[in-house]
Amino acid sequence: MSTSQGVRLPVPGRAPTHRVHGPSALSGDFRRFWSLTFTLARTEFKLRFFGSALGYVWTLMRPLLLFGVLWVFFTQVAHVNSSNSPGEHFYGAQLLGSIVLFTFFAEATAGAVRSVVDRENLVRKIHFPRLVIPLSVVLLALFNLGLNLIVVMGFALGSGVRPMLSWLELPLIILMLVLFATGVAMLLSALFVHFRDIQPIWEVVSQILFYASPVIISIQTVMAKLSSAALHVYMLNPLAVIFQQFRHAIVTHATPSAGQVLGSWTALFGALAIVAAIFVVGFAVFNRAAAKIAENL
Amino acid sequence: MDAVAISIDDVSKTFRLPHQQYSTLKERALHPFRSTEYDELHAVKDISLEIAHGEFFGIVGRNGSGKSTLLKCIAGIYGVDRGRISIAGRLSPFIELGVGFNMDLTARDNVIINAIMLGLTRRQANARFDEVIAFAELEEFIDLKLKNYSSGMLVRLAFATSIQVEAEILLIDEVLAVGDAAFQQKCFEEFYRLKREGKTIVFVSHDMYSVERFCNRAMLMERGSMVQLGDPHVIGRAYHKLNFGQLPHEAPTEELASSGTAIADAWFENASGERVTSASQEERVSMCFEARLAEDLQDPVFAATLRTELGHTIIVARSDQHGGGSGSFKAGETVIARFDMPNWLTPSRYTMTPSLAREGTGESALALVEDMTSVVIHGTATGGILELPIDVRIERA
Repeated sequence: MSTSQGVRLPVPGRAPTHRVHGPSALSGDFRRFWSLTFTLARTEFKLRFFGSALGYVWTLMRPLLLFGVLWVFFTQVAHVNSSNSPGEHFYGAQLLGSIVLFTFFAEATAGAVRSVVDRENLVRKIHFPRLVIPLSVVLLALFNLGLNLIVVMGFALGSGVRPMLSWLELPLIILMLVLFATGVAMLLSALFVHFRDIQPIWEVVSQILFYASPVIISIQTVMAKLSSAALHVYMLNPLAVIFQQFRHAIVTHATPSAGQVLGSWTALFGALAIVAAIFVVGFAVFNRAAAKIAENL
Repeated sequence: MDAVAISIDDVSKTFRLPHQQYSTLKERALHPFRSTEYDELHAVKDISLEIAHGEFFGIVGRNGSGKSTLLKCIAGIYGVDRGRISIAGRLSPFIELGVGFNMDLTARDNVIINAIMLGLTRRQANARFDEVIAFAELEEFIDLKLKNYSSGMLVRLAFATSIQVEAEILLIDEVLAVGDAAFQQKCFEEFYRLKREGKTIVFVSHDMYSVERFCNRAMLMERGSMVQLGDPHVIGRAYHKLNFGQLPHEAPTEELASSGTAIADAWFENASGERVTSASQEERVSMCFEARLAEDLQDPVFAATLRTELGHTIIVARSDQHGGGSGSFKAGETVIARFDMPNWLTPSRYTMTPSLAREGTGESALALVEDMTSVVIHGTATGGILELPIDVRIERA
C-alpha cells in the first residue's frame, strides 16, 4: 500500500483483555471457522480442477470406471439384472448411486487420515480451530458428491426413473452420510498423529465396508441369504442403511426401504446410534488431541 | 500508551520428548510400557512480562533459547503448561510469512487464501488485493503461479499480505532476513508506520541491529528464562556478551553464593606494581583481584576474563591452565591473584571479570563479579583487535 493514501486505521481503543488459550478443535467465531473450512476445501478443489488437462473429469472418471466394470460384469456376464427379481429394477442406477455415495465416504475418510499431518505448516504456525482441517476434507468430498449426484440423477432419468415425492428424502440421506463420514474423519485424523499405521488399516476397513454394504449385490439377495439376526447385524452398518434408503427413495420403490428390510423403522435405531456415537467419540478424541497436535507432529 | 496489551504471567512451557518415537500400533503393542520414558525440555521457564499498548518489543536470544516458543504461546499455537497469557485487542496470528502459500496457485489465489488464514474475511481480502500487489510491486505477475516466482518476489508478496491484517497486536518472527535492500527499507518504513499508528508489535530476532533500531524495549532469553529486560541497546550488549562473551565460570548458584567467599577488589596494575586505569600499548599490565575465603580450599581456580565494551571475550586467564595448582588456603584468608601478561590489545576500553571456583567443580563459581573494573588502552590502532608484535620482511623473490 502506498503510505500516503493507505487505509488509516484508528488508534485502537482499549479493547477488552482476554486470556489466550492454547489451540483447540473449535475456537473463535463461527464465521471464521466456516470461512477457513471453505477456503481450504475450495483451494484443494481448485488445485485438482485446474491441475491437469481434463481437470474435474478425472474425479468423475474413477467412480464411473468402477461402475462401468461392475455393471458390464454383473449384467452381461453374471446376469444379475434378471426380470424376475423386482429388486434389481434399474440395477444400473442403484449401482451407480451406491458407488457415488461410497466414493464420497472413502474420499472423505481416507483423505482425512493424513490431513492434519500433511497440513503441518499451518498447524505449527497459525492459531486456528484445528477441526477446520478434517472438515475441509469432508467438504471437498461433498463438492465432488454434489457434482457426481448430478451425473447419477441424469443416468437415472435416462434409464427410466421418474421423479418421486420420496426424492425429498435425499437431503436427509446425505446428512446422515456426512455426519458418519465426519465422525470417522475426526477420529482417524486425530489418531493418525500418534499411530501412523491407521492409514493401511483404514484402507482395509474401507474395502470391507464396500463389500459389506449393498453396492454390488441387491438387498433382496442379502435378505434371502441371511437369518433375521444376521440381517439386523448387517443393517447396523450405517452405510448399508444409507445406500439402501437411497436406492429405495431415489431409484425405485421396488427395492425395500431400509426400514422395510428389518420390518420396522425402529430397528434402524442401531445404525443411527452408531453414527451418533462415532460422531461424538470422534469429536471428543479430536478435541483432546487438538491442544497438543502442534507439538506432537 | 500505558494500558497493557500483552500480559504474560509466570508462564512455563515444557515439551515432552519421547526417548524413542513409537508410532505404529505394532511397536506400541510390543513395548506397552517403554514408551512412557520422556525427556523434558523446558522451552519456556517462569516468564512474567507486560507489554504496553503501542510498544515495539523485541525478544532476542540464541537458537533454542525459547523465544519462538514464547511467541507461539502468545499466538495460541501452543498451550501453556503453567501461568496465563492475556491480550487486549486483536492479534495477528502470523508467525511466519507466507504460511499456506501454495506453489501451484497464482499470486491472486494465494493472497486471498493467506489473508483469510490470517483472519480477514473473503470480502476484506478481495478489497485489499490491489493494495497488496501494489505494495509488493508485482502488478505484472498477478496471474503467474507461485512456483515461477523468485524467492525475493515470494517474500515481498507474503510481507505485503501479512501487513494488511487489521490487528492491534502483531507477532513477527525473523522476517527481515530476506528480500533485497530496497524492499527491506520498505518493510522498515512499514514498521515505522505501524508503530506510529500505535500498534503493539512483538518482534523476535537474532538480528540485534534491527531490534536496536525499532524496539522501545527488549528482552534477552537464554535456556527458556528471561535473562534481562530493558533498553534495546543494553540488551544488545548483553546479547553480544552471551554470544561472544563466554566466561570461564557461571554466576554462583544460591547455595555457593551463601558460602561467604567473596571478591573484594579488582584492579589493573602496571609493570611497577601501581594500580592503573589506563595504560599505553606494549606496557605490560596485570589483571589482579583480591578474594576473601570463607572455607578451606585446595587448589581453587582463580580466573580473570578480559572483555571488550561490546562484551566480546578477548582473554581468559585461569590459574589451573596458566599456573598449575594454586595452593592450599584456609578459611578467613585473603588471597590476591595476579595475571601478568604482555599488552597487545588494540586501543579501547576493556573490562575485567574476576571469578573464583572450587577445584574441579566445573562451571559454577564461588564468587564472580561481572565487569568489576576496567582499563583504557591507548596508542595507535591498526583496525584489528590485537596489536601483536609483527616482524615485517619484504624481499625480492
